[in-house]
Amino acid sequence: MNIELSEMSEQLRQRRAAAVDDGRDAATKISIEALDFFYGDSKALHTIDMKIPEKRVTAMIGPSGCGKSTLLRVLNRMYDLYPGQKAEGRVLLDGEDILSPDVPAAALRRRVGMVFQKPTPFPMSIRDNIAFGIKLGEKVSKSELDDRIEWSLTKAALWNEVKDRLHSSAVGLSGGQQQRLCIARTVAVKPEVVLLDEPTSALDPISTARIEELIDELKSEFTIVIVTHNMQQAARCSDMTGFFLLGKLIEFGPTSDIFTAPKDERTQDYITGRFG
Amino acid sequence: MKMLDRRLLTDRIVRGIASTLAVLALVLLAWILWTLVYRGATALSLSVFTEPTMPPGRNGGLANAVVGSLVQVAIGLAIATPVGLLAGTWLAEMGRGRFADAVRFVNDVLLSAPSILIGLFVYELLVKPFAGFSAIAGAAALAVLILPVVVRATEDMLRLVPGSLREAAFALGASHHSVVVHVLWRAARAGIVTGILLAVARAAGETAPLLFTSLGNLGWSFDLDKPMASLPVTIYQYAGSPFDEWVALAWAGALVITVGVLALNILSRVVLAPRGKASK
Repeated sequence: MNIELSEMSEQLRQRRAAAVDDGRDAATKISIEALDFFYGDSKALHTIDMKIPEKRVTAMIGPSGCGKSTLLRVLNRMYDLYPGQKAEGRVLLDGEDILSPDVPAAALRRRVGMVFQKPTPFPMSIRDNIAFGIKLGEKVSKSELDDRIEWSLTKAALWNEVKDRLHSSAVGLSGGQQQRLCIARTVAVKPEVVLLDEPTSALDPISTARIEELIDELKSEFTIVIVTHNMQQAARCSDMTGFFLLGKLIEFGPTSDIFTAPKDERTQDYITGRFG
Repeated sequence: MKMLDRRLLTDRIVRGIASTLAVLALVLLAWILWTLVYRGATALSLSVFTEPTMPPGRNGGLANAVVGSLVQVAIGLAIATPVGLLAGTWLAEMGRGRFADAVRFVNDVLLSAPSILIGLFVYELLVKPFAGFSAIAGAAALAVLILPVVVRATEDMLRLVPGSLREAAFALGASHHSVVVHVLWRAARAGIVTGILLAVARAAGETAPLLFTSLGNLGWSFDLDKPMASLPVTIYQYAGSPFDEWVALAWAGALVITVGVLALNILSRVVLAPRGKASK
């Protein structure tokens, strides 16, 4: 663990040396203010305050059940699907409170896309998987649709592998390809924010590496929030990191600070593998 | 090691009983099928499918009964499928609370209701108040028979669709309507179609719901207001008749219906198969 940790901090030092700017100076895309979340009567998030920077990668880490996925599902109001779950507080996306009932969930989800832990290809062709999301919200001609499909698959680094079989079933792709298809599908809608809920936990190391590269490329256009159990992953691909424990945001700051000089002892314990 | 001997002995005895009973069940089934094929095949000829039923003494066929069965099952299916599909979808997607529980309960009751009861119900509803026995009443009775199966199959199959797939569709900004129509129905399609095919297979072989509704007809009739022949009812009438050629035709009809139902069952398995492979 110590070797890994020193490797991680070495990577971080290199990134700093290369003058990679972290989220400190970026504009705020999502501002979470005094957010509480309830599953029925049990409180899952306690007064979360967090500013997620625009066009950066923000990672959320912490042990299972700490609330990081819950928070992610607040950002696109996925919890709306389940009666009994409710959020209190404010979540401002470009200054607009998305928790307000005046904001339609479907419209919000077109601005804030999400990729899930397990690949979720729809039971249709590769092409239709991507066309589905686009056609939901826009009227596009066939050539525009074709362009957009190629664009999004290229963005997700999948175009070369599937361009000759766009009409075959998406279910026949490998797990890693399916996950990239899900990313392409999400990106195709042209959201502003992409939420990734442990996107590589069901994938092999090579597919994982590809997805991580992809995250790095996508951040030039999208604000990315990633929940991960893998601390090296958080260290490798994020600019900002938040550490959660028992529904509370313990520490939030530039990834390099969190991993090299955490201010809170509990963060230190977690990243050195003492628990969780 | 006495303990082990006793276990081995128990194992042998239970295994013996289970195998014997399994063989017994299969023998009975084989016997039925053999009798059916033997008696039915000898009476089977092309005229069974080309000639309508005739008065005794003339060589008729079962064409009107076959067509009548197809017509009534098709209409019944056309009534029951949309209603059942929508009701099942409502139960799976929106069905919470007491009313939904009540609907589910009533549907389960309907699922196991004796088919003669369904026949009587439709008799009271559509035959007595109107002109009398009719093909449309027969189709309605079959629809009532098919409906609960479709409702149940739809709800069960939709519930089997992984929640993550549902969420993924919502996450793209889809409305509830698009999620259901474009993703959930598609994902559950094979299972729902299988349920419908099995329901059709059952309805095609039912006599009781048709006895008081479409009654049966010895001649050709395509008039939905009038009584219409059907295979099960014709078999019922012919098998008990004193005329040898009628009894033989009843056997032929029984064989036709069995092969038809068997084909539907096989078809339903074929429909389900690719799904089984895809999910690994």
